[in-house]
Amino acid sequence: MSRQTLVYLAGLVLLLVAPLLFYPVLVMKVLCFALFACAFNLLLGFTGLLSFGHAAFLGSAAYATGFAMTHWAVTPELGLIFGVAVSATLGAVFGAIAIRRQGIYFAMITLALAQMVFFFYLQAPFTGGEDGLQGVPRGKLFGIVPLAEDWAMYYFVAAVFVFGFWLIRRIIGSPFGQVLKAIRENEARALSLGYEVDRYKLLAFVLSAAIAGLAGSTKTLVLGFATLTDVHWATSGEVVLMTLVGGVGTVVGPVIGALVIVVLQNELADKAGPWVTVIMGTIFVACVLAFRRGIVGEIAARWPGKAGAPKQEHGPGH
Amino acid sequence: MDEIFGIPTQALLGQLLLGLVNGSFYAMLSLGLAVIFGLLNIVNFAHGALYMVGAYVAWMALEYFGLDYWWALVLAPLVVGAFGILIERLLLRWLYQLDHLYGLLLTFGVALILEGTYRYFFGVSGQPYPVPDALMGATDLGFMVLPNYRAWVVAASLAVCLVTWYVIERTRLGAYLRAATENPRLVQAFGVNVPLLVTLTYGFGVALAAFAGVLAAPIIQVTPLMGSNLIIIVFAVVVIGGMGSILGSIFTGLGLGVIEGLTKVFYPEASSTVVFVIMAIVLLLRPAGLFGREK
Repeated sequence: MSRQTLVYLAGLVLLLVAPLLFYPVLVMKVLCFALFACAFNLLLGFTGLLSFGHAAFLGSAAYATGFAMTHWAVTPELGLIFGVAVSATLGAVFGAIAIRRQGIYFAMITLALAQMVFFFYLQAPFTGGEDGLQGVPRGKLFGIVPLAEDWAMYYFVAAVFVFGFWLIRRIIGSPFGQVLKAIRENEARALSLGYEVDRYKLLAFVLSAAIAGLAGSTKTLVLGFATLTDVHWATSGEVVLMTLVGGVGTVVGPVIGALVIVVLQNELADKAGPWVTVIMGTIFVACVLAFRRGIVGEIAARWPGKAGAPKQEHGPGH
Repeated sequence: MDEIFGIPTQALLGQLLLGLVNGSFYAMLSLGLAVIFGLLNIVNFAHGALYMVGAYVAWMALEYFGLDYWWALVLAPLVVGAFGILIERLLLRWLYQLDHLYGLLLTFGVALILEGTYRYFFGVSGQPYPVPDALMGATDLGFMVLPNYRAWVVAASLAVCLVTWYVIERTRLGAYLRAATENPRLVQAFGVNVPLLVTLTYGFGVALAAFAGVLAAPIIQVTPLMGSNLIIIVFAVVVIGGMGSILGSIFTGLGLGVIEGLTKVFYPEASSTVVFVIMAIVLLLRPAGLFGREK
């Protein structure tokens, strides 16, 4: 058995027993953000596009699912599908605009578009303004399994996470994913080889937005609310940080990064107040200066496995 | 003539002036961003936070040392500029060989640190800052009443922007700067101290942000969050204008401020998003930006 298979098996076992060891809602929150970070990493790590507006997809799906569950009383799986559809559509619009510029401009454009979405939700009549959507019911899965019980909710979330993670792995490993990596390494060359770079980038963007939406919808089901925090630029920054801490361009990195950041925030929230922001900022600075490979990237570089972990010396855009 | 398109003239001109005031801030901040990006290839995410720090330097100078507005106008850019030089020497200079994205991420971290620190000490509620005595009141121009302080803000920032343009485009120092933007190695080979030029440029860029912060202090409440929302709009302004041209940044900043002000009159719901909508339209029609060059 390869090291990779062992790691995944261990992860799966941990996933199954985690609610016995830790507070299930916290684990579910970690899983949602882990999926969010994985979706983000599909763009940054595997296509070389830094989106600084991913909160728009997380938040839009969160609002969409919350609205559908509250006002239309649909079943959770339909709520998820609706949320994903909304975020994928938004992703197509964002993507079509943002891919017209490269590099640093791409980041600024996505940030600005996400801010526009933030103001939209701030004013829109159906989002509850500053309060957000509160008291979203979890409903019954397929109309049968009540998710109000935390254990049922947990295994549903775990299944969603495993599906999302598998999907991303599948995308990365596919010929399509190879082209994305080629674009990351050298866009001009990919173009000259005859690949329609913009179409690949757009599809990657939509996929990333859809999976980020899946994470946002699931989060709404778990926590029972969707608020402006979900669409705020600070959330877009957080997902960048999670990916950076875990390891940009590694498959498992974002999961580890999300775990570290969510648990850290959870621990610090009551004790540190505004210092949480300072600590996050410091981690950002430290990661960029001295720890660009992230946790998983660093491990892979020190103990190279047989499969040969992806090299991340230069990071995004190279 | 009391009404234009059914809007009272006074209200329309008032919003227009307010738009010009906001536009002056956009112009000064996007100018600083453009100058820094030109030489350092770093999009300075901390720009908004340093603008906030500039406003707080003014507030603290008055509160703790009794130094008035005019002192603050000189002190804040110096203090923040020195702080910027520190940031450049200690942090940014390690990133010049790396992808540009790392500069954005690092300065984002710096912005978070600054914002969190100020939130710890000052909370999120705003600190009022008085309008200086000399600029109190308003002048009646006949067709509108012009608040003196707002007129001063527009005039002062325009002056600063034009001086910056003059220095960069028309002086020897500016020639070095432009040359170093094009080809730093060659300029270094000619004996110009490029690393020093880079450090000073960053210091100057953030000093400009601090100056804008002091100008803004009497108009808006001084809060730790005043910079973060502004910087995102300024990013959009920079995308619209393109970072290639100094005058382009100034015009785009002012123009968008005015458009935003007019939107407040005719369709207030869209006033917070209109800049982003324009950005999207410009990207679809002219991806390089209005004054930009595709590199």
